[in-house]
Amino acid sequence: MSRAEDKGRRRDPEGRTERSSGVVGLLIKIVALGTIIGLAVMLTPALVGTDRWGFLAVVWGVVAVLGVTYATRRFVPAKYLVPGTLLLVLFVVYPILMTFQLSTTNYGDGTRTSKEVTVSRIIGAAAQQAEGARTFELAVGSEGTATSGPYTFLLLDAATDEVFAGTPDGLTELDPDTVTVEDGAITAAEGFTLLDRRQINEFSQRGGELEGFAVPTDNGVITAQGFSAVELYSPLEYDAAADTITNVETGVDYTPVQSGDRKLFTSAEGERLSTQSWEENVGLDNYVRAFTDPRISSDFVGIFIWTLVFAVLSVGTTFALGLFLASVLNDARVRGQRAYRSILLLPYAIPGFIALLVWSSFFNSEFGLINNVLNLDINWLGNPFWAKVAVLLANLWLGFPYMFLVCTGALQAIPSDYKEAASLDGATGWTNFSKITFPLLLVAVAPLLVSSFAFNFNNFNAIFLLTEGGPFSPDNPTAGGTDILISYTYRLAVGGAGQQIGFASAISVVLFIITGVLAALQFRATRALEEVG
Amino acid sequence: MRTRTTRTTVRSFAVVASVSFLLTGCSGADTASSDSSGSAQPASESAAPAVRGDEDLIIWAEPDRVEYIQQVADAFAEENGISVGVQGIVNTRQDFITANSASNGPDVLAGAHDWIGQLVQNGAVDPLQLSPDDLEAYSETAVDASTYRDQLYALPYMVESVALYCNTEYAPDTYSSIEDVIAASQSAVDDGTIDVPLVLQQGQLGDAYHMQPLFTSAGGYIFGRDAEGNYDPTDLGLNTPDSIAAAEKIATLGEDETNTIRRSISSDNYLSLFTEGRAGCMVSGPWALPDVREALGEDYSIQPVPGFEGMQPAEPFMGSQGFMVASNGENKAFAEEFVTNGINSEEAMQTLFEASNQPPAMESVREGVTDEDVLMFATAADEGAPMPAIPAMAEVFAPLGQAWSAIIGGADPAETMNQTQETIANAIASQ
Repeated sequence: MSRAEDKGRRRDPEGRTERSSGVVGLLIKIVALGTIIGLAVMLTPALVGTDRWGFLAVVWGVVAVLGVTYATRRFVPAKYLVPGTLLLVLFVVYPILMTFQLSTTNYGDGTRTSKEVTVSRIIGAAAQQAEGARTFELAVGSEGTATSGPYTFLLLDAATDEVFAGTPDGLTELDPDTVTVEDGAITAAEGFTLLDRRQINEFSQRGGELEGFAVPTDNGVITAQGFSAVELYSPLEYDAAADTITNVETGVDYTPVQSGDRKLFTSAEGERLSTQSWEENVGLDNYVRAFTDPRISSDFVGIFIWTLVFAVLSVGTTFALGLFLASVLNDARVRGQRAYRSILLLPYAIPGFIALLVWSSFFNSEFGLINNVLNLDINWLGNPFWAKVAVLLANLWLGFPYMFLVCTGALQAIPSDYKEAASLDGATGWTNFSKITFPLLLVAVAPLLVSSFAFNFNNFNAIFLLTEGGPFSPDNPTAGGTDILISYTYRLAVGGAGQQIGFASAISVVLFIITGVLAALQFRATRALEEVG
Repeated sequence: MRTRTTRTTVRSFAVVASVSFLLTGCSGADTASSDSSGSAQPASESAAPAVRGDEDLIIWAEPDRVEYIQQVADAFAEENGISVGVQGIVNTRQDFITANSASNGPDVLAGAHDWIGQLVQNGAVDPLQLSPDDLEAYSETAVDASTYRDQLYALPYMVESVALYCNTEYAPDTYSSIEDVIAASQSAVDDGTIDVPLVLQQGQLGDAYHMQPLFTSAGGYIFGRDAEGNYDPTDLGLNTPDSIAAAEKIATLGEDETNTIRRSISSDNYLSLFTEGRAGCMVSGPWALPDVREALGEDYSIQPVPGFEGMQPAEPFMGSQGFMVASNGENKAFAEEFVTNGINSEEAMQTLFEASNQPPAMESVREGVTDEDVLMFATAADEGAPMPAIPAMAEVFAPLGQAWSAIIGGADPAETMNQTQETIANAIASQ
């Protein structure tokens, strides 16, 4: 844009330049809104096809909100608020709602599928080759073109070289003269167009013509296995009306019996047909379990206290050390400030994952650096007390550079006039620090201390990479000496026998509430500090 | 004023547009590497959720196995005129279960046999129908391991188990008992040349996997097996008199007694203790072999882990690696063909062995193996018992490991085993 034009625009805000940029803006607006509507239209058939009505409503709801907001000239404040609100809903509210929704189900290992799928998997997993069952080389023929069907399995018996045609109606033997066999595979058949392997694969995919293609025989069914076919039968049959799976060979009925948070097909004698169950809504059962499980309630108080102690001491020690170092290095008389500061920031530069694993080996009682160098004989990670000390020490090393950095910044922001004025009034160094510098510093740093507390409250890595929650006593292998709430519940929910995602979600919601309440209390307390400023 | 409003509007639109992309899931974030089948694929080793590649057939495996699986995959690709991708996935088992249930997982999974219980519990893999003739070609233990509830779920290609490595400078012989193993290098320990006679990793949390040879030799067992050889989750035997006696026998090697098995030897430092020549012998698996060879050159030997003197032979956990067909894979026909035919051949198994140098599961490939160490591990695996694949086993490892840690640290064996039995039995009951 030339200088003259620029001037012209400034002088005449309602003039030519303004109008042209208005046209560009309008065009962009049309294109953007059009894209969004187009996307929504494009998605609609797929969403309708998969019965995802909620999703569909949300998509069109967003489109409506955006359209109303930006296509009209009204709602000026909304033009600013809508993007932020949508992002908030998408990235904060939606995950929380999803977590809560998940926490009312039994979703997890063994309950990932719907009941329908579970039943078909159980029956499929019982399919076996009957005694003397035949195996075939498979070719697939079409009576029309390759893509049109109807399709027929052309089967070459691997043992007898007999050739059969199999359709869902049954198996018929073919005249060997009408079929060309080369190298043990059918390469041509009169009256059929043969499919190539890619086509067979494609048509066997979900929704394809050959999906679940089965040829009934006297012994069971012939189904494809790759580009061969096997004769199988499953002794299990499902009766949907009675909700019973029956083993027709033994005559045993299996009905769904509740076991924990899931139902399993179980016989009258208590024999379970399978470990696979299905997803169901369980209401608030996961919360009830979190508060009534004797394993949790007996350990909860102790672990909760240690979590608080761990978080408070982690913040306290790192802040004390960071502030001390920052104050010392903030003195103009110190030489080589920059060099010292760079060195002190080093722990911050090392990835926490690696640092924690290295610390874990430092604490080894027999071969570890700490005991060897200091000539100590402390069983750091084997004794509950020393393990707690070890965790705090490692976390101090990891955390003080952050506090050092924050305090250095805050100290430099405090005007030196205050100190000078106090010195004129006869304040000593310590009074100066405790009465002037520290309260002013706290105003700036307090919110960071709160967030640091919340972080350490759920500092899973520090515990898990260092001690895995241990040491454990043999009478209680679920709650270790250094377990904090998050590491403890992790072990309960997903650490042992597979993933109990529904239960883990319930625990997350509870932890979310606890952390939220604690943070709110602390923010309220820090508000008092601001009055000092 | 209007100009500013328009600009802000435009900027907001950019944001909103990207949001609606996210909302509708059209992120197009196809991070998985996807070349034609001919080239070796870089393993996508990120912590991000695994994403399926674009090839006609997709195989997921642990990242360190991609290299050799790629070779058999390429052969299959060429034979069928398709492209095959092998993706290295860090959390292979869990990512597979998640991706498969969302129908965007792979067609074939390469994994350990003890995953099968959890995979079947989630309906994530299909049973394989192979003829008895086909199966006869493989080591019986490997087929046994890959069979779960009377169905074969994996085609085994590789077996593994722990064996005894010895530093021949201090322990040059073949030993018939664990006592002899310890005695062999005890003098070197006494005069301070080395730190420990035997490295058997336990750590503060214990390690039930590495303790299993000694536990079984002394007569203990975890799960009993029914008439068909299936592990029975209701027959948990940790508090049987035999198992308690075995725990007492193990306690005699603990820190308060001979101090042979120690909590300070963990998965972090076991290998360096042995490769730095600070230990006489070590119980470990074939995964340690490359490091041992590099560090000790010719000065090592491998033999099956011996049992306690005058007791039963040690029966370590045996593991089998195999190929499985994903239940929700997109290309089932190719997947089934690959597993039941493509790699079910001497040629493919030979390729896998040559590229990996790990103990093969196919008997005829074993006959051609000249590497004595590999053969020794194959023998050790055959003498082992398959690690139970039943989901109940997941409840065993942590508590039993902690029990071993406590017992070698001086806790009362009988009391510890009784408590551990109760804990594990309760956990299994609430499963």
